[in-house]
Amino acid sequence: MDYLIYNPLPYPVISLILMLPLLGALVTLAVPDTQGKTASFHKIWGVIVSVVTAIVALPLYNGFDPSTHLYQFAEKRAWIDAFDIHYCVGVDGISLLLVMLTVFIMPVVLLCSFTYIGNRHKEFVFSILLMETFMVGVFVSLNTLLFFIFWEAMLIPMYLLIAVWGGEKRDYAAIKFFLYTLLGSVFLIVALVSIYIKTGTFFIPAIMAHHFDLGYQILIFLAFALAFAIKIPMFPLHTWLPAAHVEAPASGSVILAAVMLKMGGYGFLRFCMPMTPGAFQVFAPAFITISVISIIAGGYLALGQTDMKKLIAYSSVGHMGFVTLGIFVVSAMGLKGAILQMINHGITTGALFVCVGLLYERTHSREIRDNSALGSAMPLFLTFFVIFSLSSFGFPGTNSFVGEFMILIAAFKKNAVLGFSVIPGAILAAAYMLQLTQKMIWADDDGHGHGKNASRKGWDLNVREGVTLSFLAVFVFWIGLYPKPFLAVMDTSVAHLIHQYQQGIALEPQGAAHAVLFSLKSLLGSLI
Amino acid sequence: MHFLPEFVLIAMALLFFFLSLGQYPSNTLRRIALAGAFLATAAALAAFDETGVYFFNAYSIEPFSQVFKLLLCLGFAFVIAMSPGLLGVKERLNAEYYFFLFLSILGLVLLASAAEFLTLILSLEISSFSIYVIIPFRRKGKGYRGQMEATLKYIMFGALATGLTLYGVSYVYGLTHTTYLHELVQIVPGMIVHEPLLVVGFTLIFCGIFFKLALFPMHFWAPDVYQGAANETSTFVATMPKVGATILLLRLVTLLDHVPSVLTIIISILAVSSMTLGNLSALVQKDVKRLLAYSSIAHAGYLMVGIAAGSHQGMVAAAYYITAYLFLNIACFYVIYHLAPLGNNIGFEEISGLHKRSPVLAATLAVGAVGLAGLPPTAGFMGKLLVFMAAIDKGMYPLVIFAVINAGISAYFYLKLIRAAYTGEVKTDTPIGMTFFSNCLGIVLIVIVLALGMFPKPAIDLFGYAIENAIPLFL
Repeated sequence: MDYLIYNPLPYPVISLILMLPLLGALVTLAVPDTQGKTASFHKIWGVIVSVVTAIVALPLYNGFDPSTHLYQFAEKRAWIDAFDIHYCVGVDGISLLLVMLTVFIMPVVLLCSFTYIGNRHKEFVFSILLMETFMVGVFVSLNTLLFFIFWEAMLIPMYLLIAVWGGEKRDYAAIKFFLYTLLGSVFLIVALVSIYIKTGTFFIPAIMAHHFDLGYQILIFLAFALAFAIKIPMFPLHTWLPAAHVEAPASGSVILAAVMLKMGGYGFLRFCMPMTPGAFQVFAPAFITISVISIIAGGYLALGQTDMKKLIAYSSVGHMGFVTLGIFVVSAMGLKGAILQMINHGITTGALFVCVGLLYERTHSREIRDNSALGSAMPLFLTFFVIFSLSSFGFPGTNSFVGEFMILIAAFKKNAVLGFSVIPGAILAAAYMLQLTQKMIWADDDGHGHGKNASRKGWDLNVREGVTLSFLAVFVFWIGLYPKPFLAVMDTSVAHLIHQYQQGIALEPQGAAHAVLFSLKSLLGSLI
Repeated sequence: MHFLPEFVLIAMALLFFFLSLGQYPSNTLRRIALAGAFLATAAALAAFDETGVYFFNAYSIEPFSQVFKLLLCLGFAFVIAMSPGLLGVKERLNAEYYFFLFLSILGLVLLASAAEFLTLILSLEISSFSIYVIIPFRRKGKGYRGQMEATLKYIMFGALATGLTLYGVSYVYGLTHTTYLHELVQIVPGMIVHEPLLVVGFTLIFCGIFFKLALFPMHFWAPDVYQGAANETSTFVATMPKVGATILLLRLVTLLDHVPSVLTIIISILAVSSMTLGNLSALVQKDVKRLLAYSSIAHAGYLMVGIAAGSHQGMVAAAYYITAYLFLNIACFYVIYHLAPLGNNIGFEEISGLHKRSPVLAATLAVGAVGLAGLPPTAGFMGKLLVFMAAIDKGMYPLVIFAVINAGISAYFYLKLIRAAYTGEVKTDTPIGMTFFSNCLGIVLIVIVLALGMFPKPAIDLFGYAIENAIPLFL
């Protein structure tokens, strides 16, 4: 059984998507930097490369066959023969939308940083293009080692993005992000190598077909869960997120929020659920509780913020809480809602960070107070901002509504109390976003003497920013009003995932408590 | 033909002996040395497929020895290439310096082929004594006397280590009545199960190897020697003797066949102590060479995880790891060397803002630091992966968990280097003299580290082929 549908196109489309940004990055290294010019070769080249990659990625969506759960456009090449490690990539319904999100958000990232980044354009574009390769690589890898390589390789470019071009406390934030994420993923490699020793393969679909005994599953699940929970991030491992998001430049925040957080969720779907289903079931109640706490805590923390970026950062914690809730209730509706919500969050929060970024360029402050009373000065911008705020708290008609609604249905179906406990989180989201919007548009004064009718000439959107935001707004309404194209590709893969999960659970005869005790005993035994 | 690399190295040593009688400009000497090193590498390549046994079974030429000779000569060529002008060494001592360097590499190359304990120790001593002599060769810039302390520590410790090794060999000889490896490989696996004194003997022999490798508890010399010696001497001491120690370790582990469990426990404890001590001490260092010394103590620990596994896979992993470590260290020391035109020691102030002063140096330092930290896609990650795979294969989970936690801790001080290079402000106005060839060397080092990491198959296959017969059987 091959698990793969090999690439039918004459060119290796997935490898091309991985290679193009890398080659573009190497070309940027060759061209010397132009100091201080706003529209330099590097920035334009970056946009060109990312747009070309996005165009090359379109056949992935067009040619995708939603009726099969097998991995499509797959490529498999020998890499390290001694251990039977192959370079193997492919997409299925779960990863397709995430890949499309990544390749389409990159032009947005590069466009929004045209005037934001004042210096060292060459290295900036190099880092961003490198990040694109690594992020797409995480989503398309079908070999656990390849996945881990892409997962870890992202750390250094992201560190540089925060540490070089970030805000005032960028040093602290960058190191915190780096060490937190690194320490989370050290156990990931131990778990992956351990699985290799047990099953003899690094190939993800083959590992999914294996059944491990429950004690071992629990250890592996914990190792995976630590790495993914830090990445998502789940409360209480979320403390790196506000620091990193606030101090990163606008484009860095967009990358972080739009794509990197999704890798944790993708990891749970690709690794934890099919490979360790028994342990997943054992820990699901705990993780559902943590998700609910994330939603409510994220909401309350956001409500008390005066810094716009921090507010949106905490709102990300809340939104990803919804995503993990959808994952851990394990129903078709919940999973599809979670995956869709990942895409939605990427678009919406990415757009919000773009908005905050361009406000920062004008007012040079992230405080809400300094960015208020803008109603008459920036009507076009505020239209977009309101669209994205409505989307952020799941207003019907916008994309987040579809995702949250599906997750809430799944939560209610599982347990009515669970569903009711999540509602305050949704209300809190509305509270902080509306509060932010109200202050921004209709406050009387911004603390610097600018009343709400003060004219700030030329502050409204220019063409480049308008294009970026309208591109994102289109998706907000498209997914919100007609989500079928996005949901349809997921159906078969999600159904297959649930089928794998239920098959895995059915093989577990023992009760949960007994298993947890058993694994603790084996853990202690191995240490002595 | 069989002895081509050895002959080339002896010839080069003699050539430098004669050159030391006169006064030649440093550039000429360096070009001769570089040519000699490349000639030795070519000779090692030419002699790659030779097999033979010489000197009454004491010297064996076989795949294992030839592969490691190639590695030694190649590394040596890079060490010479990265130190143009010998900035740290007194001008009039350059010829002697190269003379002793070639002698030292000759000793290591002889070590690769030694098939008998006394030959082994003799080669090790040829190599060590040559290094003892060159450590004090450092310009006394600003009355700096650290090189004297470094020499004394290295000699004293080295003498102690050799003494322990000889003591161990005496026990082994006393019990088995032979020092020939090919005879020992038939006697020892059977005898070691019921002869505890043999375990003691081998542990003592290992002590000498641990000294060269800077593994806890024989690590005390490393920080002072790295810091006190000239930058180019530190490069040599940091890389070449460790390859020699690994060769010796691989031979002995093959000798022991399946490493007896008590030795595995000893090695595991030493590995964990080494890693932890190295990483925690490196966190607070301000001198970059001292930081690299403590990091090399930690890396010796990671290497021993592969040796503790004891399987063929573990030995291939250890060989790959030392190769990756070799090139990563050369990359870091290359940056240090070029940042010190007066041959002085480097702190974080000199590295600060390096990306503005020299993008190539900053990139090389970044790739070296990332590789030493063990992040993909560099060779350092692949080395750690192979070592962990070998250890988990044997079920040594606690050891691997300690190792990965240490790898995470170590990321902090490697990140400090990258942080200083890329986000710091330029704090010093010493000009960096980078020629076109120096820049090329930096890029070559980056390419080697990344290529070894992304396409490790040739290296893994090569070492697998070498280690298959690490003890010649002479059947």
